[in-house]
Amino acid sequence: MNLIYEPWPWYIAGPLIAFIMFLLIMVGKNFGMSSNLRTLCTICGAGTTSTFFKFDWKTQRWNLTVVLGAIIGGYIASHFLSVDTAVAINPETVSDLKALGFESAGTAYLPTEMFGFNALYNVKNLALLSIGGLLIGFGARYAGGCTSGHAISGLSNLQLPSLIAVVGFFIGGLVMIHFLFPLIF
Amino acid sequence: MRTLVYLVIGIFFGIIMFKSEAASWFRIYEMFLFKSFHMYGIIGAALGIGIIVIQLIKRFEITSFYGEKIRFTPKTKGFSRYLFGGIIFGLGWALAGACPGPMFTLLGAGFLPIIVVIGAATLGTFLYGVLKDKLPH
Repeated sequence: MNLIYEPWPWYIAGPLIAFIMFLLIMVGKNFGMSSNLRTLCTICGAGTTSTFFKFDWKTQRWNLTVVLGAIIGGYIASHFLSVDTAVAINPETVSDLKALGFESAGTAYLPTEMFGFNALYNVKNLALLSIGGLLIGFGARYAGGCTSGHAISGLSNLQLPSLIAVVGFFIGGLVMIHFLFPLIF
Repeated sequence: MRTLVYLVIGIFFGIIMFKSEAASWFRIYEMFLFKSFHMYGIIGAALGIGIIVIQLIKRFEITSFYGEKIRFTPKTKGFSRYLFGGIIFGLGWALAGACPGPMFTLLGAGFLPIIVVIGAATLGTFLYGVLKDKLPH
């Protein structure tokens, strides 16, 4: 039982994610999270601006319910299923991050410099979170999916477009971490 | 009833994302530095099993829990949109350290600033919808 309170290793988490995809397929749906952002736009009335948002959002209510579950799951996991949420990253990564100004590296689940309550008062940080979010939302829809839709669902179904998208994810991620981070932080 | 099923699947998904640390900014950062096998193990294992599961469903024409035929919609053919969209997504994924599933899990875990990321991601999706016809696909 105690193992549940520890971080779950990859060989448990990976198969469980495949199981989530399997469950969604078996209830006649699919595993793809970013399309919910489009549904949110439609609910907010984006249909009057672009035909891309003109669809009956109620057909996507099932996926919004999955999102609601993901929120509840985060609450349950952090409050009831964890003793220590510090992420044990590689000591080398910790010193790299400290050099960039992330003092919380190795002692927290997320960098408190970006996601702690006080980070809400830091203008630079708010700008970074906004830019990050914009890129995620724009890129996911442009590419027609995110990590769940392409890297898991699409690749599992051997889709070439998903492979191109995943290569893109990594090009973008590597450029951000290796070239842009030293300029930003 | 079906709504409850989706909710339970979502809760399960959220717990896995949090407990596997796939929702941790640190893990995403480390992944792009190739300093840890963790994230590659998660994606690789999910993918390996996923491929087998989908092949089995297709081969044995397995029907859904409700007895309906399972349809897999192939992705539309193309190159530019997948590469450019993918790169843009990757830049944001590495910066904010969260993808569109885990960002909601983090909201539930109580990291308030993630609301900024969720709001901006919704706005980014909106911008795509507006600019869609002007972009190469």
